[in-house]
Amino acid sequence: MSTRIVEVRAKVLKQNDLLARALRERFQRSGTCVVGLVSSPGSGKTAFLEKLLGRLARDYRVAALVGDLATENDAARLQRATPNVRQITTGTICHLDAQMVETALESWRLEAIDFLFIENVGNLVCPSSYDLGEELRFVLLSATEGEDKPLKYPTIFNSSDVAIITKMDLADAADFDLVAARRNIESVRPGMKVFEVSSKTGLGMEEVLGFLHAQLARSRETQVEAAL
Amino acid sequence: MHELSIAISMIDQIVEESESRGGLDVEAVHLKLGAFSGVDKAALLFSYELACEGTRLQGSRLLIETIPLVIYCDTCQKSRTPPSMYQLCCPVCQTPGQTIVSGREIEVASLEVAA
Repeated sequence: MSTRIVEVRAKVLKQNDLLARALRERFQRSGTCVVGLVSSPGSGKTAFLEKLLGRLARDYRVAALVGDLATENDAARLQRATPNVRQITTGTICHLDAQMVETALESWRLEAIDFLFIENVGNLVCPSSYDLGEELRFVLLSATEGEDKPLKYPTIFNSSDVAIITKMDLADAADFDLVAARRNIESVRPGMKVFEVSSKTGLGMEEVLGFLHAQLARSRETQVEAAL
Repeated sequence: MHELSIAISMIDQIVEESESRGGLDVEAVHLKLGAFSGVDKAALLFSYELACEGTRLQGSRLLIETIPLVIYCDTCQKSRTPPSMYQLCCPVCQTPGQTIVSGREIEVASLEVAA
């Protein structure tokens, strides 16, 4: 039996990419700065976000979507900082995709949100393939995880824009080698912006806030350009 | 392990493609998979077979071509293969590479169909 070849040339995640692009355009139009957070489980995403939301809420309108396989614990925790929090429970799925984000945003007026954070499921592998339409992706790495995490998970570090080293208050106790960590991040994502923070003591949070403030100003410029 | 999600997306797409072309009898799928795509080849092959069950692709073969990671070196002004996936620099002049030329693909290249 003979066969013939049919050319297709289609991206497998085309649907997700198209939806992510549409979301990104929506965020641009509404002037919302959207930041995705990825990390391994237990690296301190929720603690970092709780602190960040609390501080940003003094000056801005903030909101968050949090992804987990199960429970609404993280949403409940973040609601101490802002009522605008929605939990996405994925069941058995190990990552968020653009469709889950779009569904979770339903009925929210984006024009009334300055900063939206999307906390992904704790996983350093799978989320790297899925664009969520965010403007920036933060990858978190805790001082207790070891400095070679970036080398072990180069794909997620490379697909992120900013690295946040968390739990810096435990760096000495964990014999964390900060110089090596920074070198490893630079190796997998040359030129990457790095912040060192402690959500517990507040160390480094001012720098992150300053960065986000400047980022929002840039987002607003794009919004004006998009409107013209 | 998100390879099952990837396999399901891929199968949905191919079924749609084959139906839009009048119902192709797909025997094999040629996929380009980047070394830096974050998708594991063995896990994808395993997931594909599972996810094909009960669809018109049941019994078809998945043939994966791995696309190497290539970066662009601004100093050499050339595309280069970095020393490893965790050292994104030029193997010749060591300049860090910020532009990825290829290696992130998850793309259905073509289908082998019964003539």
